[in-house]
Amino acid sequence: MIEVRGLTKRFGGTLAVDDLTFEVPPGVVTGFLGPNGAGKSTTMRLILGLDRPTRGTALVHGRPYAQARSPMREVGALLDAKDVHGGRSARKHLLALAQSNGISARRVDEVLDLVGLQAVANKRIKGFSLGMSQRLGIAGTMLGDPNVLLFDEPVNGLDPEGILWIRNFMKSLAAEGRTVFVSSHLMSEMALTADHLVVIGRGRLIADVSTAEFIAGGSTNRVRVRSPQQSELAALMTARGVAISQVDGYLEVRGIGCDEVGDLAAAGGITIHELFQERASLEEAFMELTRDSVDYHAPGSREPAPSADETVLGPEVSR
Amino acid sequence: MSAQTTTSTVPKELRDAPSSTLSRVMRSEWTKLFSVRSTGWTLLALVAATIGLGVLASWGTNHGWPQMSQSDQRKFDPVATSMSGFALGQLAIAVLGVMVISAEYSTGGIRSTLTTVPSRMRVLTAKALVFTAVALVVGLATSFGAFFAGQPWFAKRGIGRAIGDHDVLRAVIGGGLYVAASGLFGLAMGVLLRRTAGAVTIAIAALLVLPGLLNVLPGAWGDAIVRYFTSNAGQQISYIHQSGNYLSPWVGFGVYCLWWAVPLAIGAWLMQRRDA
Repeated sequence: MIEVRGLTKRFGGTLAVDDLTFEVPPGVVTGFLGPNGAGKSTTMRLILGLDRPTRGTALVHGRPYAQARSPMREVGALLDAKDVHGGRSARKHLLALAQSNGISARRVDEVLDLVGLQAVANKRIKGFSLGMSQRLGIAGTMLGDPNVLLFDEPVNGLDPEGILWIRNFMKSLAAEGRTVFVSSHLMSEMALTADHLVVIGRGRLIADVSTAEFIAGGSTNRVRVRSPQQSELAALMTARGVAISQVDGYLEVRGIGCDEVGDLAAAGGITIHELFQERASLEEAFMELTRDSVDYHAPGSREPAPSADETVLGPEVSR
Repeated sequence: MSAQTTTSTVPKELRDAPSSTLSRVMRSEWTKLFSVRSTGWTLLALVAATIGLGVLASWGTNHGWPQMSQSDQRKFDPVATSMSGFALGQLAIAVLGVMVISAEYSTGGIRSTLTTVPSRMRVLTAKALVFTAVALVVGLATSFGAFFAGQPWFAKRGIGRAIGDHDVLRAVIGGGLYVAASGLFGLAMGVLLRRTAGAVTIAIAALLVLPGLLNVLPGAWGDAIVRYFTSNAGQQISYIHQSGNYLSPWVGFGVYCLWWAVPLAIGAWLMQRRDA
């Protein structure tokens, strides 16, 4: 269980994390979503006691992590897979971590097996691909068999096989009753992995909902209608106080369903050629929620263009 | 019954004995120190530079002895001459001291370290203890090596010293202590600045360049600055002849220890407060 209460972090004049309050319960995968520079990594660093909060608290097992008695048995965290000394072999790196908490060398071999790095265990980390580094980082988090796990962008740099492995790995960790908190800027990835979502933008909490609700909530009631008497139909809708807009030769109607639109048109004697309910994707739902909280927009990209298989919000910028 | 329920809600790991004890963190730091190649190379540089230059200086002094003035001959310190390579060797150990902490920051490894051992003071204490032990052992070996490699050059003229002679053992052991203290000066700069380049630059300036340059300062206050300045104070521990302006061996070494202890204490205080 992770509890974040009123957590605030200011770097100079910038509020990186602004009064965040949420809980990460055990037994489910909780996704941590947000656009570029939203404060996800900073929040994780605050939870781990790497950064000092300006205000507020972050508790793990009911107390600040800095006071943990058996840190690696309580929390496993992977922030940046490249946060290692490249001159060390994978095994020595893990051994040093293990020794600091009195964990046996045998466990080092177990976790190397777990992530499939046994063959390169004595190679220097310098030569590892990002995917191998991610696996090494995950091996490190599992040394103490902790029941709280934090992963910052764990699928970065992994091939499809690796992504599938991580996805199932995190689900199995949660199924064992552990607390799993994972950040990502890949919304489609979170849709497949996370049961619950904490969404932030510009350091502020935007949503704290189940993934199912998040997707459903994003599909705002939008109906598109095409008619040879488009302007008459528009006038009719406006007269009834219904919100409308012109999109790609369609009339987009908000707030009422297909049935009501059809009935209204029929009552007004207006011919309809096409009428359908628009379903927003998870990407659109996300974009809609975070639109005002994205720090930087590309010129002319105020309107997001979803439909790509996965929407990538650009590389995560660490502060 | 209800008491049992209460205890069972406390996760097991919270009831365990603390697992990241100082001795365990020290084992971890030992593994870290000797699992990167730079450690071996730096220690080799310390030994080779110190003994090599010491032999060169001893050979040269013996060679030029007849041309030396009588007063120079009177001031001649055979023990210090055989260990004069520490002028360069001290930089090798200071660089290693810097790297023990700055490499953690430059690679990002500090975040892995502090995530697995959140107590920053325990991490720093373990690093300092392990590094001091290594520096002391290698420093003593180097010091004795330099002494025994240098003295044979003086033997023919009868101007050398034996290890059992007055003050000699103190000076040779002092050479080892000086190495450890120089290493800790590097460590202190590393903790304070967290950057390898900056910390190494300051160490070279403070230990090698400035002590010589300061001689240009005039008057009594100039003499005082020279006397108390870093290696000028610290190296007295490895001399058997003290010249007038300089401190006595142990006072000098004590002053040198302040040169690393104060910045290390400030660095430790900052490490507690700064974001990692």
